[in-house]
Amino acid sequence: MVSFSSDEIMVTRAAKELRNKEVVFVGIGLPNLACNLARKLHAPDLTLIYESGAIGSLPDRLPLSIGDPCLVTGSISVCSMVEVFNYYLQGGLIDVGFLGGAQLDRYGNINSTVIGEYEKPRVRLPGSGGACEISIHAKKFIIILKQNKRTFSEKIDFITTPGFIDSKNKRESLRMPGRGPVLVITDFGVYNFSDSSKEIYLSEIHPKISVDHIKNNTSWDLHVSESLITTEPPTEAELSILRSLDPEKTHLG
Amino acid sequence: MTKKIMVLKDAIKNYVNDGDMIVIEGFTHLICFAAGHEIIRQKKRNLVACRLTPDLIYDQMIAAGCVRKIIFSWAGNPGVGPLYGLRRAVEMGIPRKIEIEEYTHFGMVARFMAGASNLPFMHLKTFIGSSLPEKNPNIRKIKCPYTGETFSTVPAIKPDVAIIHVQRADEEGNAQIWGLMGVQREAAFASKRVIIVSEELVDTAVIRSDPNRTIIPGIKVDAVVIEPFGAHPSYAQGYYDRDNRFYFDWHRISKDKTILDNYMSEWIYGVSGRQDYIAKLGNKVVRGLKANKSMAFPVNYGY
Repeated sequence: MVSFSSDEIMVTRAAKELRNKEVVFVGIGLPNLACNLARKLHAPDLTLIYESGAIGSLPDRLPLSIGDPCLVTGSISVCSMVEVFNYYLQGGLIDVGFLGGAQLDRYGNINSTVIGEYEKPRVRLPGSGGACEISIHAKKFIIILKQNKRTFSEKIDFITTPGFIDSKNKRESLRMPGRGPVLVITDFGVYNFSDSSKEIYLSEIHPKISVDHIKNNTSWDLHVSESLITTEPPTEAELSILRSLDPEKTHLG
Repeated sequence: MTKKIMVLKDAIKNYVNDGDMIVIEGFTHLICFAAGHEIIRQKKRNLVACRLTPDLIYDQMIAAGCVRKIIFSWAGNPGVGPLYGLRRAVEMGIPRKIEIEEYTHFGMVARFMAGASNLPFMHLKTFIGSSLPEKNPNIRKIKCPYTGETFSTVPAIKPDVAIIHVQRADEEGNAQIWGLMGVQREAAFASKRVIIVSEELVDTAVIRSDPNRTIIPGIKVDAVVIEPFGAHPSYAQGYYDRDNRFYFDWHRISKDKTILDNYMSEWIYGVSGRQDYIAKLGNKVVRGLKANKSMAFPVNYGY
C-alpha cells in the first residue's frame, strides 16, 4: 500500500461519491480538492458551482477562496449571488453539497457558528455563509471534518446547518426539499445514517485505525455497522493527481 | 450639473458620516480596501457595517474602532482562518464592544434584494432547523397566501451609503463590472448614497458600446472616484490578481494586537492615500499581480 496522509484519504474517498454529470455546490478546502480530483478521474462532466456565482468552473490552479479569479476564467457562466441562491440553489438544481464545520452531532447537525454561549462566545467561528441553505436545498450533502471528542459532540452549542435535526421524519415535516446528509468522512472513517433512526453509524474504517480509537474520539456511544469494511485506500494514480492539484500543500496537511 | 468625479478623500468626507450604516460590498472580488483605509484615516466612528463577508477590510475597520455593529453572514479569512480583529471585539470588547446581527448568505442577499426593490421584507426558504432565528429576532415567518406554506422572512436593509469598486466607469458613474458580481448591484440600489470607485475612467461611448455590462447606472450614483489598484489585496478581474500572500500574512499580523497596530500605523495611517500605498508596496508586488490576458469574443449590438 502506498503511503498517504489522513487528508489525502478523506479527499480520495469523497471524490468517489461524485458521479459524472452531477451538479455540485463546492466549498473551499478539501471539498474543492475532492471535486477537482473527481473531475480529473471518473467525472469529467461534473458541473462545479461556487456560491460566489461561478458556474461550471474549470480552475487551473488551486483556489484559496471560493471567490478566486481562476473560477471565472473559462467558466460557463458568472451570475450574481441573487441568482446563485434563488435560481440555482432554491430552484433545485444542486445535486450534491459539501459541508464542513467545527462540531457535528449524531443527527448530522453542524455547528460552525460559536463555541460556548452565543452572546458570550468562548470561540466565535465564521457562521453559516451559504451552509444552512445548502443543507436545506441540495438534493443531498456530504460532510467532511476532522474527528475528535470535541468535533464529534454529544450536544453541539449551535445548529448552524441542519442535518436530520432530532428524528427520522423531521426534515419532511419542516418541508425541506433536500434529503439531508448522506455521508460523513473524517480522518478516521466514513459514516452513514441509519434509515430507521437517522442516527450516524460507522460504516468504513480507514486503514490502520481501530474501532476503539474511533470510539475514544466520539463523545457519544457510537453505533458500528455489523458489516464494517476498510475504506478503499488512495491509489498511486489518485495520489499523483491529487498532489498535483495542491503542490504547495495549502489544504492537504 | 454638479460634477461627481472627486478624490477618495472628499468622497468619504462628503458621503460617509459618523453613525452611518455603510456597505462596502464585493464577494472576494473588487473589495474597496482604498475606501476602508480612508475611512480609518478619517476616524469615522459608530458605523454599522454590513457585508456578507466582513473579510479583512472590516477586520481592519473594527480594529481601528470605526464600527459599533456588524451585519453579516460569514466572518472569516477565506481559506486561511479567523478574523482576529473581529474576534477580539466580539470576545473581549477590544478596542470596543461591537454588536453583531447575523444571517446566512441567502438571508443577506434577500435583505439587499428587499432594500433594492423598496419592499419591507423578502421571504425565502432557509433558516429552517437552524438556531439562528432564536438569536436574531429579525428572522421571522410568513404564511404564503396562496399555498399556506410557511416561509422565513428577513427585513429590507437600506444602508446610508454603499461603496462599490468597479473595473470601469464614466464621469456620471455608469459602472461596469465583469467577473464575480456578488451582491454589488443590490447593495447599490438598496442604499441612499452610492460611491463608485473605479479602476479606470472611460468615455461614455465605451459604456454605451457594451450596455449589458453596466451593473449600476449613473442615475443611482453620487460620487465617482478613480483609484487604480484600489481593491488590493482583493482583486479586479482582468487587472490584477488577488494577493493571497497578504491574506496569509494578515493571519499573523492580526493575531497579535501590537503587530496589527503597527501594521495600521505603517500602511494605513502612515500613507496619505492609495498612490502612496502602491508606491510602498513596490513595483515587484504590483507587477507580480498583473492579470494575464483572456479576452472575450466581441459581440454585435447592431440591429
